[in-house]
Amino acid sequence: MKKIHLVLLVLIAISIGVLISFTNTTSTYDTIGTAMSKPGKYVHLMAKLDKSAPLEYDAIKNPNYLRFTAVDSLGLSVAVIYNNAKPENLEMSERLVLKGRYKDGAFQCEEIQTKCPSKYKEEEAKGLKHPGNQPVPRTAP
Amino acid sequence: MKYIGENLLPGQLGHFFILLSLVSAGLSTISYFFAAQQPESNESKDWKKLGRISFIIQALSVTAIFSLLFFIIQNHLFEYHYAWKHSSRSLEFKYLLACFWEGQEGSFLLWNLCQAILGLVLIRKAGSWESPVMTTVSFAQFALSTMVMGLYIAGWKMGSNPFILLRDSGVLDNAPALHVNFDISQPLLPDYLSSIKDGNDLNPLLQNYWMVIHPPVLFMGFASTLIPFAYAIAGLWTKKHDHWTTPALPWSLFSTAVLGVGIMMGGMWAYESLSFGGYWAWDPVENASLVPWMTGVAGLHTLLICRATSHSLRATYLFFILTFLFILYSTFLTRSGILGETSVHAFTDLGMNWQLLAFLLIFAIPSLFFFFRSFNKIPTVPQEEEINSREFWMFIGALVIFLSALVIIGQTSLPVFNKIFGTTIAPPADVEFSYNSIQLYVALILAVLTAVSHYLKYKSTSRTFFWKKMLIPALISAIAGALFLIFGEVNYQKKGVVFHYSITLTILFSFYTIITNASYIWVGIKGNINKAGGSIAHVGFGMVLTGILLSSANKEIISTNVNGIPAPLGEGENPQENLTLVQGLPVTMGNYTLTYLKDSAHPKKPLWFYKIQFKNQKEKEDFILTPNAFVNYKGNQGLMANPDARHYWDHDVFTYITSLPDPENQKDTATFKSYLQQQGDTLFYSNGFMIFDSIQTRDNLPKELFGEEGKLFEVPIRVKSKTGTSYLVTGRAAFVKGQWISLSDTLVSEGLILQLQEANPKGTVRLGIKESDALLKYVTLKAYRYPFVKVLWYGVWLTAIGLLLSMINRIRKNRTANMIS
Repeated sequence: MKKIHLVLLVLIAISIGVLISFTNTTSTYDTIGTAMSKPGKYVHLMAKLDKSAPLEYDAIKNPNYLRFTAVDSLGLSVAVIYNNAKPENLEMSERLVLKGRYKDGAFQCEEIQTKCPSKYKEEEAKGLKHPGNQPVPRTAP
Repeated sequence: MKYIGENLLPGQLGHFFILLSLVSAGLSTISYFFAAQQPESNESKDWKKLGRISFIIQALSVTAIFSLLFFIIQNHLFEYHYAWKHSSRSLEFKYLLACFWEGQEGSFLLWNLCQAILGLVLIRKAGSWESPVMTTVSFAQFALSTMVMGLYIAGWKMGSNPFILLRDSGVLDNAPALHVNFDISQPLLPDYLSSIKDGNDLNPLLQNYWMVIHPPVLFMGFASTLIPFAYAIAGLWTKKHDHWTTPALPWSLFSTAVLGVGIMMGGMWAYESLSFGGYWAWDPVENASLVPWMTGVAGLHTLLICRATSHSLRATYLFFILTFLFILYSTFLTRSGILGETSVHAFTDLGMNWQLLAFLLIFAIPSLFFFFRSFNKIPTVPQEEEINSREFWMFIGALVIFLSALVIIGQTSLPVFNKIFGTTIAPPADVEFSYNSIQLYVALILAVLTAVSHYLKYKSTSRTFFWKKMLIPALISAIAGALFLIFGEVNYQKKGVVFHYSITLTILFSFYTIITNASYIWVGIKGNINKAGGSIAHVGFGMVLTGILLSSANKEIISTNVNGIPAPLGEGENPQENLTLVQGLPVTMGNYTLTYLKDSAHPKKPLWFYKIQFKNQKEKEDFILTPNAFVNYKGNQGLMANPDARHYWDHDVFTYITSLPDPENQKDTATFKSYLQQQGDTLFYSNGFMIFDSIQTRDNLPKELFGEEGKLFEVPIRVKSKTGTSYLVTGRAAFVKGQWISLSDTLVSEGLILQLQEANPKGTVRLGIKESDALLKYVTLKAYRYPFVKVLWYGVWLTAIGLLLSMINRIRKNRTANMIS
């Protein structure tokens, strides 16, 4: 056997080992129920914002504290705490991917991915009445 | 039905040229195929001629399609869906090109155009390889042309046509106001176009100059990987296994340079215009273009081995075939919508997934079949590579970079595995670390191999030769490394000690790479700049590694704070990165004092610029950064922030807005409370107190405006807040024609509005006070300090320059060789 073949085999073995160890670090997509059943474990929680529940965020008091309630399609809900700035399109999103852990009665979220309705589809349904055709009111300071 | 105001000619021409480009690409493929099948026959010449003519027609058609679509966008012909969807009248001219490739159709056209240009170069330069190589190139053109066809065949959508009209796209179907009798079952109004005043505009995140230049370079990179692939296929096909490597080498160098620069331009765009705070996030879209670059680099190195020693030909075949297949795979990943949750910037699904998959398979199956069938016929060298030879270590380097690419694409393909096997595996908690923890060690190995390989000779190297040449560069590197260990530092503790020292070690070896390769220009090739391409590219690669490691490991968060209070971090405290700045109030953190000075608006767009002053106490300098944000921009509810950075030779200061006051909460619900005050009385409010001392009166006012009894009052009011700050506010009121008119004055930092409602010159006033959060103007932001990002950028350019120098040198060599033979 050539030396180079030996090296080849060793490197391929390492690569396979690396990929297998990668699969051990992967997490799972969960509903609120299954996430609550494994507290402390990192999951991807698929849910949406409960607009009827209060949302707590005051950038002046603490720009790194957001608390809201998430509900999933099975009807369960959970309080979510996110120590970061509020994603600006949170209220607009139709779906949220919340990455974090269920701990101490709340979902400690590390990352929020917002899934917004496609801007075109939405506006198409309304028939061209997209904000682009209207003067945009000055809403920011 | 005739509609008013539509300009249908460009679209009709466009449809025609799309069809022409498809037909001519098909014809070109067939002609070149027959020309290559019987190279010796008389018909071969005619076939080749036909192939050439049809390829040139194809190239002209693509140019025509490209120009027509650009004409439509530039003239705001919103009767075309593409112009309406991707552009607007307010868009600056320079971004019109960015609109062009915002959509899938435009980017396919761009790719097609790049391949057409490369094909024309091949027709001129490829000589005896023209027919077999151009068969593959023409077929790729054919496959790409189907992507913009826009045909429905038995319910399957084939391609998406960029010339589709707005009224045919379905967008207007639900707009009653545009239909006869306000009934959507009726046809459109003849003058419907007059209601469509403006387009949807380009996504604000793409309104950046890098988005004008990055896609053409990247797609030229994509297109260029086709050429070494086509040569490899031609080699398998004609069985001239060792001849194709000579003309393929300059193409491989070109491809590595252009694709590499294209990818990193994407990084520069992300760094300057996206707000994830960096240039690389291991996003699937980024990985999908990095992986073919890596396999291409592996192919380039095995090709060089092959040229010098005839070893590694099989590996070269495999690497070049896989490089192009990975380009197609990346196209499938980024355009099919399969990445879904895992990527933030893939294209939206156009419903052509089967076609994208077919695009991949139609190249993958025959090329891999060809390769494995011919595997045993590909010549090999029976003699083993010596362990002290250059080719041995170069091959190992190529293998490491290739396997590392496979690992990256394996990790990236998680959503694909989920789809195939019906699993629901999600990416790991720390996605970036799942890549970094592996690739750091790849970088370490590559740095060492890159540093020493040039000092080894092909076939075999004597120990004395190696050490004689290596001595001085090794000494310089040792000194540089020692200086770094003494004066520099690596601040990356969060992943443990082992990782921390691994970073340090890799930085030391990347110094070693830079120094040995730079020295080699003098030690090895005696300053001959023609031959220096390889060394220059490797110096660049070393700088890329150094820049990445230093900037990422030593990234410093300026806006770190605890519970909103900027404070030095205590043990075990979780640093939080968002900081709120109230207008006018300086906040000090670490070496910097940050003040939110003011904001201003773009004249045409809902784009706001926030002036943030940074004062650095240590370096005694101050500067202003102006991050900006689109607010509620055309259907994109919320905030789209663009960072701003200040660049120094050794670091960048970088900031972006993460949150702004919500206009919903900004509604002024508080009301004025009225107080009757005597001169000298103290009036308390929630955050302090206020006193007025005097009342100034002005008579002699114009009677026609103020009436007989008209008076103006000015009352200076001293406000003292709990924090000890004093302010002077002047209340003003006018008595006009028997009525009081008050002017309000605001004290932003105290959230206070004061209104002088009535005044009596004898010493009493009626003061209105309103306290409101809505007054507070603030921004929430993140700020970083990135050291040595410039080293990365310069490294990228230097790598590309080195590769192109090599390319020129190889082209020159090939030409001389041709002349001799």
